Amino acid sequence: MEGFLNALLLQSGYNAALVGIGAALLGMAAGGTGTFIFLRKRSLVSDAAAHATLPGICLAFMAMVAFGGDGRNLTGLMVGSAGSAAVALVLVDWISRETRLPEDAAIGAVLSVFFGFGIVLMTVIQTMTSGRQAGLESFLLGSTAGMLFNEAVTIAIAGAVAGFLLLLLHRRMTLVAFDPEFAATTGIDVRATDLATMGLVLVVTVIGLKVVGLVLIVAMLIIPAVAARFWTERVDRLVAIAAVIGGVSGYTGAAASAAYPNVPTGAVIVLISFGLFAVSLSFAPVRGVVASVYRHVRFQRQVHLRQGLLAVARGEPIFDGLTLKILRFAGHIRADGVATLSGRAAAAKALRDEARWEVARETHQEDVSGARYDGLTAIETVFTPDEIAEFDRRIGDRIGVVA
Amino acid sequence: MRNALQGSIEVVARNGEAAHAAISPNLPLLIEGLTVSYGEKPAIFSIDARFAAGRTIAIVGPNGAGKSTLIKAALGIVPRLSGTVRVFGQPIEQVRGRMAYVPQRASVDWDFPARVVDVVMMGLYRTLGFLRFAGPKERQRALACLDRVGMADFAKRQIGQLSGGQQQRVFLARALAQDADLYLLDEPLAGVDAATERTIMDVLKSLKNEGRTVICVHHDLSTVAQYFDDVLLINVRKIAEGPVASTFTDGNLQKTYGGRLAGAHIEQLRLPVE
Repeated sequence: MEGFLNALLLQSGYNAALVGIGAALLGMAAGGTGTFIFLRKRSLVSDAAAHATLPGICLAFMAMVAFGGDGRNLTGLMVGSAGSAAVALVLVDWISRETRLPEDAAIGAVLSVFFGFGIVLMTVIQTMTSGRQAGLESFLLGSTAGMLFNEAVTIAIAGAVAGFLLLLLHRRMTLVAFDPEFAATTGIDVRATDLATMGLVLVVTVIGLKVVGLVLIVAMLIIPAVAARFWTERVDRLVAIAAVIGGVSGYTGAAASAAYPNVPTGAVIVLISFGLFAVSLSFAPVRGVVASVYRHVRFQRQVHLRQGLLAVARGEPIFDGLTLKILRFAGHIRADGVATLSGRAAAAKALRDEARWEVARETHQEDVSGARYDGLTAIETVFTPDEIAEFDRRIGDRIGVVA
Repeated sequence: MRNALQGSIEVVARNGEAAHAAISPNLPLLIEGLTVSYGEKPAIFSIDARFAAGRTIAIVGPNGAGKSTLIKAALGIVPRLSGTVRVFGQPIEQVRGRMAYVPQRASVDWDFPARVVDVVMMGLYRTLGFLRFAGPKERQRALACLDRVGMADFAKRQIGQLSGGQQQRVFLARALAQDADLYLLDEPLAGVDAATERTIMDVLKSLKNEGRTVICVHHDLSTVAQYFDDVLLINVRKIAEGPVASTFTDGNLQKTYGGRLAGAHIEQLRLPVE
């Protein structure tokens, strides 16, 4: 635990600090980018891109070895992975546009074929250069243990590029995600915008290879965005919150990995961001589960209370257990079911409000306020006292006293 | 007899006007030989149509007649197989700033994270640029557009909480924010409440009175004569175009809808024409 705290506070040495900062930057870039593919409903395309990096990594490794270089050069591997992922993206796009296959089928086919090809190549490499296996497997699940300074710098630069592109494209991507046809009429090139978004995904995927690995990069793109969705109704804030969630996950995940070197970094980062997702799902103020259960219960109580009061006012018997309980709890009826003084007053008021609403709906048919009747909305919140007095005048004294 | 004669003179005059408009290079929308096809079945085939300035025009036809396709092609958002589209005498790309579009409201996901005012602001991005941040001036303008459709109180509401009619008003407000000269609307009155229908028609009429041109895909035959100046009847091919009084006739409707409309039904539709 102490090791984990030290890592969090950048006290675990130079390398761990480097990795922590790199992972945080990656998380922010992934969270921000992922928001737009989530809004465009193309989350799985990023998974295809990620899996399709594997053959590119292997081919780049083989090429660099063949030319007598160091097969593990990160920049070279990144270029290779970006190349094969780009080919896969073009293929998915082509299949779903030019054939009758839907996009999900195209994704499934391309993803598995590229990944399978990559695994074959990896096996070939293992037999071919048994001496320097290079640990290409670490790109599957990520490993930050042996990160070099220039690797961290590469990640930082690519992360900054992604951030800049996000700033440049956010409005176009928002418009295209919400309403592509309208976006096109304002002169936005929808296809180019989609391609640019995929370009961003590529950048994030490639820099994420070393840290979380290609199998799990999709989680870094999507989970922060869906977690952030619980907290806001505005795209700008969604991007910011997703970036923060991604950054925090990346940073703490890297710290945990530094403290417990045997745990794969990518998996830990994903689990931490899932934890943040679970918190958001449960406790977000409006869209969260707790909030909506609370709202439902409160609404149910309102309905029962209103129905119960109207029944009391009309002298009808009440059989519903929950209604009785709520009325008793509010002090409107006694334990034996007889209405108390406050209960009779509230009941009379409920009945009068019903009558007022009836008049309101007749006299305000044209405007929005007349349509606000739902049996629960308090009439005082919709109409002014003067208007209510006018309703009362129209009702006359047909109905009993108002408390 | 006298009336009939007067009627035919009027038609000649209108045709004369139309002929003149065709020569004029500033026609808001001119379509010639337009064919659009999804796969190998044409959605619209070789349609010629001219839309005069300062009028409200209904595009009418049965389901699958290509009404939406026609305005999407006019906006340049579906590829043309053949034919030309000129907006104010120029190719679409050069006059985008003078066109506004109101899509069918079912075409977007209303659970998108946006408030009403954010959607209206989308109509301002073209003039604002895609990078500059919106300031109080833009916000004021968006609110003014919302006010025009009676939705000013809803500016901060999440769009997912709106009713169908309110969604349609928001889309109209977004188009108003574009401050265009040519408005193309895809079924703006489909499935909206009566109050919204009145509001929308009031706004469209005021646009027309400001000299702008309003083209609507319209599905409700009973209100064509009441709401619009001109009508374009299509069913893949063009059937007829012109002023409602002379174009929206039994014969043309029969041609447009084939046997699908009973004669008695058409009789009812013809009533309010002056």
